[in-house]
Amino acid sequence: MRALSDTLWRRPRLTIALLLAPPLIWLGVVYLGALAALLVQSFFSIDHFTGQINRTFTLATYAELFRASNFDIILRTVVMAALVTLASAVIAFPIAYYAARYARGRWKALFYLGVMMPLWSSYLVKVYSWKLILAREGILTWGAAKLHLTWLLDGWLALPVVGGNSLSVSATGTFIVFVYVWLPYMILPVQAALERVPPSMLEASGDLGAKPFQTLRHVLLPLAMPGVVAGSIFTFSLTLGDYIIPGIIGSSRRFIGQAVYEQQGVAGNTPLAAAFAMVPILIMAAYLWAAKKKGAFDAL
Amino acid sequence: MPSERAPVSLKIAAGAGLLFLHLPILLIFIYAFTTEDKSYQWPPPGLTLKWFAVTWGRPDVWAALRLSLQVAAISTAVALVLGTLCAAAVSRAHFFGRETVSLLVILPIALPGVVTGIALRSAFHIAEIPFSFWTIVLGHATFCVVVVYNNAVARFRRTSGSLIEASMDLGADSFQTLRHVILPNIATALLAGGMLAFALSFDEVIVTTFTAGQQQTLPIWMLEELVRPRQRPVTNVVAMVVVLVTLLPILGAYYLTRGTDAVAGQGK
Repeated sequence: MRALSDTLWRRPRLTIALLLAPPLIWLGVVYLGALAALLVQSFFSIDHFTGQINRTFTLATYAELFRASNFDIILRTVVMAALVTLASAVIAFPIAYYAARYARGRWKALFYLGVMMPLWSSYLVKVYSWKLILAREGILTWGAAKLHLTWLLDGWLALPVVGGNSLSVSATGTFIVFVYVWLPYMILPVQAALERVPPSMLEASGDLGAKPFQTLRHVLLPLAMPGVVAGSIFTFSLTLGDYIIPGIIGSSRRFIGQAVYEQQGVAGNTPLAAAFAMVPILIMAAYLWAAKKKGAFDAL
Repeated sequence: MPSERAPVSLKIAAGAGLLFLHLPILLIFIYAFTTEDKSYQWPPPGLTLKWFAVTWGRPDVWAALRLSLQVAAISTAVALVLGTLCAAAVSRAHFFGRETVSLLVILPIALPGVVTGIALRSAFHIAEIPFSFWTIVLGHATFCVVVVYNNAVARFRRTSGSLIEASMDLGADSFQTLRHVILPNIATALLAGGMLAFALSFDEVIVTTFTAGQQQTLPIWMLEELVRPRQRPVTNVVAMVVVLVTLLPILGAYYLTRGTDAVAGQGK
């Protein structure tokens, strides 16, 4: 025992290797192995007559992604992810700013828990609660009637693309739920970025004659940007890969996650599912690369 | 010049944002008591406790809950071991490939769940592994490692190396140091990380749909109810219970790591 202990102390490299071996073997074999399996599958193709998977290298499956119906899915998902990210940033900023600059002591803790609890609450329960809210007989319709705004709701639902029979089967509903579910992921990094802005800097801006709005526009927002970019990594990535929210609350127009799920499940076309799954990976890789250049990781 | 009091518009915007985050969850609590069982009618026509009894008597809910708890317990145990080892190595020294190790740990939650899910599924398919309890655990443990790792790495960073050297100088060997110096120092961080990992696994649905086969964890049970509602009142009650159950580990983890530089749970 003693000898073993001494060896470990004298040879730190060996110690590190021993410490790292189990997690690296697990993640390497289970996770990277699985990702490799996915990558390999995406270069296979399916025989559309027999439904058999043809295990020879081909790029045909990737070419299928560019068919109009499939490309629409990708485009729709990316646009949704961008809109969700934008809306989250707008809603998150005041909460993060208040928490970082004005909340003190007990309020600070309350704000923190106020963001953490929704973040960690059950994902499905959150989606479910919106099904209750957005249902035709739900609280939103009721509220609109009470406020005499039913005409506005009906008018919105009558619009093409964003409308539908009720909010719970419309693209608007999908958008609201995405924003709701991913919002805390945006608040935390933005708050972290804003915590680092010294109040004296804002005072200096005021002393130099800037109006509050100018300070916001030229001092605060640029300094919050790394946080926004860090948060957008989450909101963007999570929206790209989600297949449950648009399936439960949304129209019949599909998103990437749903395409992956259906292709590998019902359709049995695992190669196409794998190729679809590579799309978020590639988009996120490009996104992360760009974010790293902006220094967003320091705000994580 | 900015004063120490927040502008009213900021207060309203921040308050509205927080309400937006919390009201939907509170709504679940009201729906759990509604007498309406065919639709999501608001306001509820009446309130009743009946559905709690109905839910209590449902064997499928109990079975799903049991499976979820078992999976979460074992995944957390695996994640605790792997995450701590990884954190110990990374915080101990600068070595070649250190950044790569951090990236590898974070990757399972940085990539969309659907990617992790289908990747695992194709791997199981290629290796001809049938779906079982252990395929679920395999997936869950993989993405739970990161929460334990994040908590442990922050604590290791604050535990100074001189403490360990002092222990050694006083004659303790590596194992005694581990037992009496290192573990007590990182215990609360591990407990917090473990609680969060448990909550993460208990709630996971996206990866699980790919690795569970025919088995039903509680989130999968809820998902089926969401897609094809059969027992709306029972779903309401289950949803409420799930909120309460996941709340406890979160609050626990928060109080355990309060006042340190990295509070648990920041990177879910």
